[in-house]
Amino acid sequence: MNPSFTRPSGPLVIDIENITKEYVMGEEIIHALRGVTLQIRRNEYLAIMGPSGSGKSTLMNMLGCLDTPTSGRYDFNGKNVSEMDGDELAAIRNREIGFVFQTFNLLPRSTSLRNVELPLIYAGIDPAEREERAEQAMIAVGLGDRLLHKPNELSGGQRQRVAIARALVNNPSIILADEPTGNLDSKTGEEIMALFENLYHQGNTVILVTHEADIARHARRNVHLRDGVVESDEATPVAAPGEPVGMH
Amino acid sequence: MKRFLYELTESWKIAAAQMASNKTRSMLTALGVIIGIVAVTLMGTAINGISTGFDKSMSVIGDDVLYVSQRPWTRMDDWWNYRDRRKIRTEYADKINHAIAATPNTNLMVAVPTMSLLRSVKAGDNSVENVFILGTTADYTLISTLDCSEGRFFSELESRGGAEVCIVGYDVADSLFAGRSALKKKILINGHPFEVMGTLSRQGTFLGIFSLDSIVVIPLPAFKKYFSAKSEADVRVKVRDKTQMADAKDELTGIMRRLRSLAPEKKDDFSVNEQQAFKSTLDAVKATIAIAGLFITGLSLFVGAIGIMNITFVSVKERTKEIGTRKALGARRRTILLQFLIESTALCLVGGLIGLVFAYLMCFGMAAAFPSFPIRFSFELVIASMIVSVLTGLVSGIAPAWSASRLDPVTALRYE
Repeated sequence: MNPSFTRPSGPLVIDIENITKEYVMGEEIIHALRGVTLQIRRNEYLAIMGPSGSGKSTLMNMLGCLDTPTSGRYDFNGKNVSEMDGDELAAIRNREIGFVFQTFNLLPRSTSLRNVELPLIYAGIDPAEREERAEQAMIAVGLGDRLLHKPNELSGGQRQRVAIARALVNNPSIILADEPTGNLDSKTGEEIMALFENLYHQGNTVILVTHEADIARHARRNVHLRDGVVESDEATPVAAPGEPVGMH
Repeated sequence: MKRFLYELTESWKIAAAQMASNKTRSMLTALGVIIGIVAVTLMGTAINGISTGFDKSMSVIGDDVLYVSQRPWTRMDDWWNYRDRRKIRTEYADKINHAIAATPNTNLMVAVPTMSLLRSVKAGDNSVENVFILGTTADYTLISTLDCSEGRFFSELESRGGAEVCIVGYDVADSLFAGRSALKKKILINGHPFEVMGTLSRQGTFLGIFSLDSIVVIPLPAFKKYFSAKSEADVRVKVRDKTQMADAKDELTGIMRRLRSLAPEKKDDFSVNEQQAFKSTLDAVKATIAIAGLFITGLSLFVGAIGIMNITFVSVKERTKEIGTRKALGARRRTILLQFLIESTALCLVGGLIGLVFAYLMCFGMAAAFPSFPIRFSFELVIASMIVSVLTGLVSGIAPAWSASRLDPVTALRYE
């Protein structure tokens, strides 16, 4: 491993050992992951990269507890999630993982506040506290004045901020962002990345899944996947402000 | 449990928001249920009405009276078997009464002869056609529920003396004398003058077919004098204890067989009728009407339910990505199931309520248009149709909701 890479010292959040994932597609068996081992500690800022077909999305689904591996072990905060059933995984997702999607995935007919409240509804928090916490999360992403706007009354960047507020609202262990700037122009994308940087500095664990080097360089650690295995796992050279940094 | 109520409340909110944002579609879908509930509720009301009418009519016959007649009331299929039977004679009444008096511990109380036919009745320029003319004795008051609203029934003496007096039913009095008192007036029954000595209180209709108030009661001797030619006679026998109807019937049959000197191997050549037999026949008819009616109207509700099921499937398909998002954010299977189930139930419940309002207004209109038909819009019916609506919602929602709850979050999130 790259000697310049200093491991953060926090407790392990994600501990994956040799996981594989196979899909059956008609007659064919697709080996999306062929044995991935990965450890992520608290307050890491990590980007998972790779071309399409590299197993990046499959790994993200595993990390996000949306899917379980065919073989291998996955411990999340010390709990083995690889054997959990659908409802147990739902509970883990609800409490431990904040999702940020490329397409924002907001409920179109609900207000921002109601969208941000959603994870708290599934956590069974009572309405008054729910609203209070959702409002705090909206303020944290700089949208304290957009509480009652519906998604179609917001710009793309604002929508992604609402989605980030929704990801934050239940104080998850990790924030898992899948191409978070993919549907935004580059200027707005930079603003969103600044927000992630901010969240990282506040002590959050942030995982980006992206194929864009420009986005990945914001993270402190880059994991490259190719053909279902980890190709490289190294620290990102810290970029001076305004100075573009190439990956290789 | 608390958790379940929490989820229930949240699901209701989601359902309400969903309906509000898809107003046109929701209304069109609910329309199927509205029509279904209107049909079922109106049919229920009609059946209720028929049932009430039947019961009311039955009470006129009396549940403690046996009728000795030439034919049975209920078996109409082979009437030719009864056509050539000997006629029932009014004199049997006296003989039966003698037999009753001679029997200790008898189940029978009193026998009263009746004869009847339809004739026109006139007074001055007014006339009524097809009035039921009943000839009987003063004992008739012992077996019937009739009572005089004005005047009195004729006495034993008047009856035997062949007095030409009569008691008129409500309709007859009303048609002939239009609000004025009929007492002491002369009426012409088939041209023969009778003096009115009493009017009966209002009875209503029998099965809604004919009026029980279009009746004139006269003493039997006078009846025989003028009308006996082709009329049929009955002997009505009141029973002491109506829980012992079968015994009473056997006793009466025995008396009649002795009166007619029937050898033991011969079949009865008369019929002993009672309300119960009539009632069981009517109950069967009632049940058939109810089952057929509810089945046919139930079909319309079924069509409505299919509409709801269809729209819920469409809704699940359209919102696949939303379901994926909800699952990613921690919605459990049960939560998703509940959400869609409640959406379909809410739709049905709203449809049911609207349907009920329509049905209520229609009942109102029907009651105004046909005042004689006993329409009853009961509270039970409201509860029943609400339950039916909710069940419709649950049944039509369960399949789509189940498929939504089983969606794989990865696939659902990727769905465009």
